[in-house]
Amino acid sequence: MSTQTPDTETEAEQPSSTSPQQRRMEKKQAQKDQREADEAAAANEIEGETVELKVFRYDPEIEGKEEPRFDSFTVPFEKGMTVLDALIYARDEYDSSLTFRHSCRQAVCGSDAFFVNGRQRLGCQTQIADLDGPVRVEPLPHQDVVKDLVVEMDHFYDQMESVDPFFDPDETPDDELEEQRQDRENREKVKLSTRCIWCGACMSSCNIAAGDNEYLGPAAINKAYRFYMDEREGENKRQERLEIIEAEHGVWRCQTQFSCTNVCPKDIPLTEHIQELKREAVKQNLKFW
Amino acid sequence: MSQSYDRGLIEDFGRWREFTAGMWAWVFHKFTGWVLIGYLFTHIAVLSTSMQGAETFNSTIQGLESLALVRLLEVGLLAVAVFHILNGIRLLFVDLGVGLESQDKSFYASLVLTGVIVVASVPTFVSGAF
Repeated sequence: MSTQTPDTETEAEQPSSTSPQQRRMEKKQAQKDQREADEAAAANEIEGETVELKVFRYDPEIEGKEEPRFDSFTVPFEKGMTVLDALIYARDEYDSSLTFRHSCRQAVCGSDAFFVNGRQRLGCQTQIADLDGPVRVEPLPHQDVVKDLVVEMDHFYDQMESVDPFFDPDETPDDELEEQRQDRENREKVKLSTRCIWCGACMSSCNIAAGDNEYLGPAAINKAYRFYMDEREGENKRQERLEIIEAEHGVWRCQTQFSCTNVCPKDIPLTEHIQELKREAVKQNLKFW
Repeated sequence: MSQSYDRGLIEDFGRWREFTAGMWAWVFHKFTGWVLIGYLFTHIAVLSTSMQGAETFNSTIQGLESLALVRLLEVGLLAVAVFHILNGIRLLFVDLGVGLESQDKSFYASLVLTGVIVVASVPTFVSGAF
């Protein structure tokens, strides 16, 4: 009789396995299978040119995704398609858990800097047609990965803020509403440095910033340049800014590898600005007159 | 916030194929600099044999120069020194803010010039050693 006991138990459980919840789950499973089959069929059905994306995937919070891997997506190619467009297609059509930052899609917000085919680029600014396939998309190097293509930007923002990235004149006009105009020549001097969109591509490409976490980095120094060169601020603030610029982990850490200048999506001559600040630092400290 | 994943070496020298001109210039400049410092010590060691008289010095120099390996190393030393000098001049211009847009071209130029000078020097260095 003892051998019969399990049988009776399973028989007793049998009705509960077809409980409404169970039935719903089965139905959902069937729907999911159907959807996956449809998607697979849709992928096979893509007509015309396609692009293969290899995207870095990593999610520490989901079991089975803690180990970083690359997922392949085959995306239909359209004329004018950017890396960001392809990623959006992959996310919308294939895997809604694919995570990346993006917003304006026109190289203004600076949120979609990725490491595309071995180089820091803005996803929205990089034409698929200019790249060799398969297109490899990774999160920015030298920054911790939070999930998939999303990196931790806190350190970058800390460095940016450490240089007082705001206009701070010694004296303000008596009338608060009076404009504080910059002359044209001076504006022209800082023009390129104002283009920065805080995307972090330069900092990620910088070999020195990778090894020295305290180094201000190209973006922050460029910000410092923008205000140091502003003639409206006055001597006191200028001196204060110079002290930040020429501090131990400031401008002198730069070893002119030109990596930042090469990757900057806004074509800011970062190395040139850093070098100019180095010369300023020397000039200020070598005043014999 | 969960812990972040460190991707390790894929971000460093493993990426050497993707290095740009400025990065190579930096790598070579560092490398040649260390080689020159290393050479400085052997240079001092050889020169200090003269403290034991002209005879010792002469025999040391002649002994070394008769070795084909030393002759080849001398060619290498010249290559290292010439590149370091030329790239040093390039860096001087970079520091002065002159021609930063063509820094890659000046790096290639210093490489080519180094090559030319080294090849031209080979007969002088190697003659009689083989």
